[in-house]
Amino acid sequence: MSKIEHNMSMTGDAPASVSTTQKIASALGLLGLFILLLALTNVDFPNKTLFLSLSLGLIAAGTIVFANDAYRGKHAGIKNDGVWLKAFTNRGLSAWVIGIGLTLFYIVLYWFPEYLGLNSEGGNTGVISLFDPLSKLINGNPASQWFVYGTLYTLAILVFGYKFILKYRHNNYEILRTFSVMFFQLGFAFLIPEILIRLNQPYFNPANLWPLNYDLFAGYKIDEFFSSGTLGLMMFAFGILSIFVISPILTYKYGKRWYCSWVCGCGGLAETAGDPYRHLSDKSQFAWKVERWVIHSVLVFVVVMTIAVVYSFLGDDSKDTWLTQDVFLWGAAGFLTLVFALIMIFKRQELAKDAKYGAIGYFVIITAIIGMNYFSGNNQIFFFQGYQLRSWYGFLIGAAFSGVIGVGFYPIFGNRVWCRFGCPMAAVLGMQQRLFSKFRITTNGGQCISCGNCSTYCEMGIDVRAYAQKGENIVRSSCVGCGICSAVCPRGVLKLENGSQDGRINSEEVLLGNDVDLMDFLNQK
Amino acid sequence: MEHIVIIGNGISGITAARHIRKHSDKKITVISAESDYFFSRTALMYVYMGHMKWDHLKPYEDWFWKKNRLELKKAYVSKIETDTKTLHFQEGGSMTYDKLIIASGSTTNTFGWEGLESKGVLGMVTKQDLEQIETYAPNNKECPRAVLIGGGLIGVELAEMLRTRNIEVTFLIREENFWDAVLPEGEAAMISRHIESHGVDLRNNTNLDKIIANDEGKVRAIITKETGEEISCSMVGICTGVKPNITFLEGSGIETDRGILVNRKLETNIQDIYAIGDCVQQREAIGNRKPIEAVWYTGRMMGETVAQTLCGNPFEYNPGHWFNSAKFFDIEYQTYGWVFSDKKEYEAHFHWRHQDDTKCITIAYNKDTHEFLGINTFGIRMKHEVFDRWLSEHQKVDFVIRNLKQANFDPEFYKHYEKDIFNSFKENLQQPQL
Repeated sequence: MSKIEHNMSMTGDAPASVSTTQKIASALGLLGLFILLLALTNVDFPNKTLFLSLSLGLIAAGTIVFANDAYRGKHAGIKNDGVWLKAFTNRGLSAWVIGIGLTLFYIVLYWFPEYLGLNSEGGNTGVISLFDPLSKLINGNPASQWFVYGTLYTLAILVFGYKFILKYRHNNYEILRTFSVMFFQLGFAFLIPEILIRLNQPYFNPANLWPLNYDLFAGYKIDEFFSSGTLGLMMFAFGILSIFVISPILTYKYGKRWYCSWVCGCGGLAETAGDPYRHLSDKSQFAWKVERWVIHSVLVFVVVMTIAVVYSFLGDDSKDTWLTQDVFLWGAAGFLTLVFALIMIFKRQELAKDAKYGAIGYFVIITAIIGMNYFSGNNQIFFFQGYQLRSWYGFLIGAAFSGVIGVGFYPIFGNRVWCRFGCPMAAVLGMQQRLFSKFRITTNGGQCISCGNCSTYCEMGIDVRAYAQKGENIVRSSCVGCGICSAVCPRGVLKLENGSQDGRINSEEVLLGNDVDLMDFLNQK
Repeated sequence: MEHIVIIGNGISGITAARHIRKHSDKKITVISAESDYFFSRTALMYVYMGHMKWDHLKPYEDWFWKKNRLELKKAYVSKIETDTKTLHFQEGGSMTYDKLIIASGSTTNTFGWEGLESKGVLGMVTKQDLEQIETYAPNNKECPRAVLIGGGLIGVELAEMLRTRNIEVTFLIREENFWDAVLPEGEAAMISRHIESHGVDLRNNTNLDKIIANDEGKVRAIITKETGEEISCSMVGICTGVKPNITFLEGSGIETDRGILVNRKLETNIQDIYAIGDCVQQREAIGNRKPIEAVWYTGRMMGETVAQTLCGNPFEYNPGHWFNSAKFFDIEYQTYGWVFSDKKEYEAHFHWRHQDDTKCITIAYNKDTHEFLGINTFGIRMKHEVFDRWLSEHQKVDFVIRNLKQANFDPEFYKHYEKDIFNSFKENLQQPQL
């Protein structure tokens, strides 16, 4: 076994994977990055507009030329040749170099922005100052580290989105989905918030929903909304509507994919720039177990944190407003109890044993915290002040998990680590998808040959084959509906569909194709 | 406790083992000389192509077997003593059984060409074959050109594999077009063009004369029969089909012809010995099916059936409507019911092909009764369940064409061709009145 492993997966010769054109294209892109690097070392470019355009232009041009050479003029179809034979996509040296580079970038970005040229006094220097012209053009202010990050992030989704579209140009689902993430990133996540700033309005990205956007209900944010007139109130109302009304409806109709692989920025980056790493996710049952505990713990964390933050923001005087701390706290407890009760009453039989234990455990913890807070009356939830909880959440989950691990480790753990193990939004939508949605991946009778392409290329680490070879629909809370399992299936077995709830969760002992009497005998038992 | 021994850990043997475990508490042992764990044979190609690693081919994690009390033994059965119910292993040792299921699969079929024993002449059936290919064709420096003999599903897989490492491929096929013994002409011709568009040197109407080795006994070239042309190559892939892997049964008293002869209960001539999968030859053919069917799906269905019989619920093997699938480079193929390339006397075909030359369908129907008999579909995914139902309901061809959309299984937002197919059917066929 070890011999064949060694022979076939690590030292098998990849075809000449990089052509001359691709080398030149890579050089162009690296030159663009080099300009950023020079700026980082405080080289003072004479014309910042020119050099910034040159840098971003070279990065874009390099990626586009590379993608054209890799996919244009070749047959449309699945392009996974040599994926496991190349260091770049099989955790080789270049993968580690990229991974460590990205990780360091995130560490500097979150905790040491001064190294990027952000100065507490005086104008920007370094690479941030290079972005000043663009920032002034769009929002009227000098750049911040977040503007630099947002620009590069959007650029990555756009140019790697182009590459992804070429790669899957035979597949209209993938093309439309990718245009969608490119649109939402450029418009909703990048331009609209920056333009709002220019108009002296609160920074607001309508596509970034609570609890992914854990700051939406932070005190300073609420103050901003309420001091910005009608538009601010509309934003606040939209923020509440989108998590409690809009997203449940869309998830009911289309599954969580409407958000995770069509709208979300994290998903957008994972599907475009992260696409070469989708096969690196861990498919073991153990990883699935870890995933369920970790992601739901993050959800509990963000719920408690948000309740604490809003609680400390609210006053306790009923003369000012009907919404006092007590009303809010009891309201939140009531709402959570209702959700818990509804799931336990109507969907009990669909929950595995550990899911039931988990749900009960989390529910007890949250109500205990709320109760403790109420009866102790000292404004402290979990013995910490709300703002303290929030800053811990921001550090641990918002920065370390979603940024450093989530993106920095793309080339090692795959492109959806954050979405799979950490994102509380994915946890909420996942629960809705598993229990109250029309979405499922259907299988095609008895056609599965257990080849394993679907499982291998599932970025969420779902063992798709385990269901397909039993002729069973795939109804998993983590599925983001990227559609790649269906695309790579060589026998046309998988299809993403929205359909009726009847027979959505099915399991047949004997597959279609065998003796009808045998099928009837076993499947109707 | 009754001990059930299964020879072979492919899809047939493992399906039988899993289903017996579901329905009983019997002791189950699965023996294989090929691999430690069950893997998907149909996916071997993807390991060479770099789409997957070996571990990805295993449909169950390694803990699965112990958890389900399925004992695995890696050994080669060299002799079966049916009167004492004992298996003897080549590696030494023996094992007794109460019931034996033989699921030993296929081996490469050859035609005794000269030079067949040269190094670098190989088939593409087993894990060991894959290791050989990795050895003799690791890249296009060691192996600038390979020659493939015989055009079937294994041949086109091997061609696709080698092309991913930029190895030149000359593909000798006996027929006018690729696989045209099975595919009707329009389809076979389209697939031939597609194979050529991937840079494969496809030689039709060409047979192998002999294989020439160099001084070290390694293949150096082949010579074709028709023109006597010498084609130098570093690897020869034998893709002239497979045959049942039954040589180890010699002298056991188990009756064989080309395969192990079984009745409809999958019983051999010897009590308590059953055979399933590729190694089986039905004493009498079932419907239009061939007596030997080396297909993943039939292996699985036989495994499902024999498990019932062994768990006290005897079932005859009675497969439903024929279906199959494959992929030729970028073009997916599915078939439901029967479409014969060599039309039966009652059979008529309707053929539609898209102008981009990567999609087509052929629908077979009875020319007198217009009953729908089967469909081949290329580049358009269709639903197994719907065609299975239509075949059982004996639907007419015009019903099928009018309702084709119901059977579509392409991903969302794909272009639909049902209207185009409908119009083409109306224009080109006077026969069935619509």
